[in-house]
Amino acid sequence: MPTIAEKILSEKAGKEEKVEAGEILECEVDYIMVNDITGVPAFEVFEELKLDEPMRKELMVVIQDHYVPNKDVDSAEQAKALRDYAQRYGIANYYEIGKEGSGICHQVMIEEGFAAPGRLIIGADSHTCSYGALGAFSTGIGSTEAAAALATGRLWFKVPATQKFVLDGELKRYVMGKDIILHIIGDIGVSGSLYKSQEFYGTTIRNMCLSDRITISNMAVEAGAKAGIIPPDEKVFELLRGRVRGDYKAVYADGNESEYEEVFEYNASEIVPTVAKPFSPENTVPASELDVPIDQAYLGSCTNGRIEDLRIAAELLKGKKISREVRMIVIPASKRVFEHALEEGLIKIFLEADAFVCGPTCGACLGGHMGVLASGERCISTTNRNFIGRMGHKDSEVYLANPAVVAASALEGRIIDPTELELWR
Amino acid sequence: MRIWKFGHNVDTDQIIPAEYLTTGNAKKLATHAFAKVRPEFSEEVKEGDVVMAGENFGCGSSREHAPRALLGAGISCVIARSFARIFFRNSINIGLHLIEADVFDRVEEGDEIEISFEVGMIRNNTKKEEYKFKPLPEFMQKLLDSGGLIPYIKKQKWELNK
Repeated sequence: MPTIAEKILSEKAGKEEKVEAGEILECEVDYIMVNDITGVPAFEVFEELKLDEPMRKELMVVIQDHYVPNKDVDSAEQAKALRDYAQRYGIANYYEIGKEGSGICHQVMIEEGFAAPGRLIIGADSHTCSYGALGAFSTGIGSTEAAAALATGRLWFKVPATQKFVLDGELKRYVMGKDIILHIIGDIGVSGSLYKSQEFYGTTIRNMCLSDRITISNMAVEAGAKAGIIPPDEKVFELLRGRVRGDYKAVYADGNESEYEEVFEYNASEIVPTVAKPFSPENTVPASELDVPIDQAYLGSCTNGRIEDLRIAAELLKGKKISREVRMIVIPASKRVFEHALEEGLIKIFLEADAFVCGPTCGACLGGHMGVLASGERCISTTNRNFIGRMGHKDSEVYLANPAVVAASALEGRIIDPTELELWR
Repeated sequence: MRIWKFGHNVDTDQIIPAEYLTTGNAKKLATHAFAKVRPEFSEEVKEGDVVMAGENFGCGSSREHAPRALLGAGISCVIARSFARIFFRNSINIGLHLIEADVFDRVEEGDEIEISFEVGMIRNNTKKEEYKFKPLPEFMQKLLDSGGLIPYIKKQKWELNK
């Protein structure tokens, strides 16, 4: 029997018969997302195509998020070019900074009701796999592919084999979705799911809040996966009520009947707050084993910039001061998250703890702006990549962790397991 | 064709660092290719040279700027044990040749090679060795032969054949 990935791709290709892993299909896509880095090349390539048919502009979602507010003249020109294209072609789904619904692209795609179960969504950003947490098959593509899909409404896909991940057990305090996915990547490696789709099951996943699930699906790509899908449940349907655009149909696998290439089982109650050391997300260790001084602490990104992430960090920072040696940066993932954080008093807590708080942007995560590191500097970060020079100078270092570890480390000035912090005080 | 040898898990941030992503122009991007890890690359690379790597080449970001930078630098082909999937698709879609072959331990930096795509053979002129490789799946080869996805669509009038 087919897996969720196989079912969605097969349906979108209009196939009656079962599709096999490795098969190449042409599928109808539900949405195409581009941002300010990948969008302009997509429109340029689209114009090169010069097909007679009208653009499938109703599928297109354009989000200004990477180098906004613009970091320099070049990025301003790029953002302007994207804005002009969106206007010229009449793209209704256009998100400008500061405006309603705006923010980091993947958060926007979820909040604005584009992502939904059973949908096939492509995005010219590798973390498009985030919407797997809502039961969608969503995956990162390039600008040329975005252009092709914009012209035809379709794209070619190789049906991936599926790996099943089963996580059971109750999570320890301060263990989050981030630790689950870092633990898995540490286990299978950054090419452990190359060309494959992941599906997540078990009591841990079922009991987990949607935000943590999104973190897991978001980082599926860091293991090389094409998609990271979680069967949708009431938590997903609840989120989508009054928000989702159009209809959707949840797609499920057939239990043990589905053909998984591999099955991985974890006792999640044994997973501890985990850190990925430079320069690879697979380079994982328990946070408690590290004693590394830091210069910067970063809380934000499509991986961990949601209200749940801000809440746990605020809980640790409340009434305290961040270490004098550390600059802490807090970037809510969207305007909505920012508003919630303001209403809940979290922003006040961050400011009083001496954190720098700013509106949504991807900037620092990819070494663009708003938190670039100098040579020799170290950052503990809730983001998704710790590659060489990812957040700045080639001799800077990024340590990946969950929001609680980042907040606790900001207080201590060195990487620490928040559980230890609690024991001391 | 000279070999530029890299390691395993070469990510797209290494191929083209994010700070240069304010243009999609291949020639401009090429001037910053491998800027952080091999600063001499963009100066010394010659038309036709080959990038050679281990596992999971091109992992990380979906930036098509990465294969564009390599094309712009004149790279004729990337040979790796395996490729990250988005990089793989992007390369084929823009017409950058890829070979998936397990020759990482046999080829060294600076080796001079020739590639015959028709026969599926890499000839190492420095080491006087030959390595076979499996051709790409038919559909992908067709895309590459057309020069990428856009020329392919134009040729096929894909949309009309629905």
